[in-house]
Amino acid sequence: MGKGMTISEKILTAHTGRETRAGDLCIVPVDGSMATDTTAPLAIKAFGEMGGVRLKDPSRFHLVIDHAAPAPNERIANLHSLMRRFANDQGCALHDIGSGICHQVMVDHRKVQPGDVFMGADSHTPTYGALGAFACGVGSTDLAAVMLTGKIWLKAPATIRILCHGKLPTHSSGKDLALEAVKALTISGATYQAVEYHGTAVEGLSLSQRMTLCNLVAEMGAKTGIVSPKGLELPYPFEATYADQDAVYARTIEIDASSLRPRIAVPDSPDNVDDIERYQGTRITYAFIGSCTNARHDDLRVAADILRGKHIAKGVRLVIAPASRQVLIDALADGTMQTLIEAGATLINSGCGPCVGSHEGVPGDEEVVVSTANRNFKGRMGNPNASIYLGSPATVAASALHGYLTNPAL
Amino acid sequence: MINGRAHRYGDNIDTDRIIPGKYTKTLDISSLADHVMEDLDPHFKQKFRIGDILVAGDNFGCGSSREQAPIALKAAGISCIIARFYARIFFRNAINIGLPVLEVPNHEIQDGDALEIDMENGIVRNLSQGDLHQSTQLPKVMMDIVAEGGLVPYLRKYGDYHID
Ligand code: SF4
Repeated sequence: MGKGMTISEKILTAHTGRETRAGDLCIVPVDGSMATDTTAPLAIKAFGEMGGVRLKDPSRFHLVIDHAAPAPNERIANLHSLMRRFANDQGCALHDIGSGICHQVMVDHRKVQPGDVFMGADSHTPTYGALGAFACGVGSTDLAAVMLTGKIWLKAPATIRILCHGKLPTHSSGKDLALEAVKALTISGATYQAVEYHGTAVEGLSLSQRMTLCNLVAEMGAKTGIVSPKGLELPYPFEATYADQDAVYARTIEIDASSLRPRIAVPDSPDNVDDIERYQGTRITYAFIGSCTNARHDDLRVAADILRGKHIAKGVRLVIAPASRQVLIDALADGTMQTLIEAGATLINSGCGPCVGSHEGVPGDEEVVVSTANRNFKGRMGNPNASIYLGSPATVAASALHGYLTNPAL
Repeated sequence: MINGRAHRYGDNIDTDRIIPGKYTKTLDISSLADHVMEDLDPHFKQKFRIGDILVAGDNFGCGSSREQAPIALKAAGISCIIARFYARIFFRNAINIGLPVLEVPNHEIQDGDALEIDMENGIVRNLSQGDLHQSTQLPKVMMDIVAEGGLVPYLRKYGDYHID
């Protein structure tokens, strides 16, 4: 062989049963797949049109009702019914309203494991790279083919290495690191490629923070994103896949985490990233803590620590959508949720909530939103006349407290 | 052979702007066409004639994995998309649903140019500017999917993937 392999090359090689290198075209057996109420109805339709009768393996396929849940109108209610019927007929899992955001549900319920190949009909599926899985987002028809054949065709990606030196300062988080990386690579800089995170700054990160890192590789156009499993702690034993010392990378980006101050993505693109200091004082009316990027228990605790015993600013509303039912249970058990609600937060159902503009908190014209989510495209939250800033849970909580964009480190 | 007029848009057109998330939850394909590109260009529907060609710069279709984006463009009557390059999920989705997409790096097509496209050979003739472009070659498996008219007819025919 003569040269080492990246994590993606190793996982794909293990799945195809033959040496698979960047650029190789391969047909890969898929360990798990998932669709949501945005993508499942079309996938179910395509599956039928392909001649599909039974799922290849119902135990490996999961449906999640999270994007517009509970249903805001009869049209979507009927699509939810279609998903429930399909799950019933096929004997696959259906995670109904309130279960949480698809990606959090897959991880909470251990439907994806280190070293797996996972295909999700949602662009943020690379989130599972936090566990050391090779996970990609696909569209509904590709997913229907996985449902039918248990396989996907792929071109093994070249990998970009992101080396994160030092250790994050107290008020900076995985989100700030992820935004800095999106800025460095730009919104299209990792197209068709995998991203691998390495370095001392990521070794100390929790699973939750690693999920945030991998979540945002979607905003670089990456096929997948994986955090090197060094330092990863999981509540179960697992076999980690490491990159070889002499693995070949397309390029390497280096970030000094120890000097990283809180970041903010400025409208209308997630790669439009800057130091929050430059926007300190920008008035906001709407703060959102939610989404598959940053609505886990540790995220809510960071926000509660900032808001404990205080109240959000007049004229601001703070909407919180916990990432999953498990997150909500944990945040209720230790008083985190009580603290947030006493501070004036509005709790909504565990799910995507206003992240994608389908329901539950669309901003009005000229409104300025600060959000922990991953996209601030024009119209993303349902109104093209609102502007969206993206930051960490600490940044969003501090901004809600003051009524303007606020550096949480001050 | 596809003949049509170019409608030129910029770089990084995301799928939220192709079809906003609030309209995606439906199996009614014609309702998607009603809202296609509306946040990006409110006049899109008036300007666009069936068979016209959508032309973009870099990274067309980035963001959400929603297949409703290429479906909406196809339902609106777009005959073909040309971009310098595409976001990967959008590109796969378009091929899978049988919407013709060509990757033409370095093209300088302008709004209103008359184009003639030879899909089979990936050749774009710009009749207004008098030049000619070659698209990048697709991987074999994608060419097979294109040849069958999309992934649904491909799998209906073969029942499984095949790579020689
Ligand atoms: S929370 Fe937002 S980004 Fe995440 S899966 Fe839901 S809609 Fe997509």
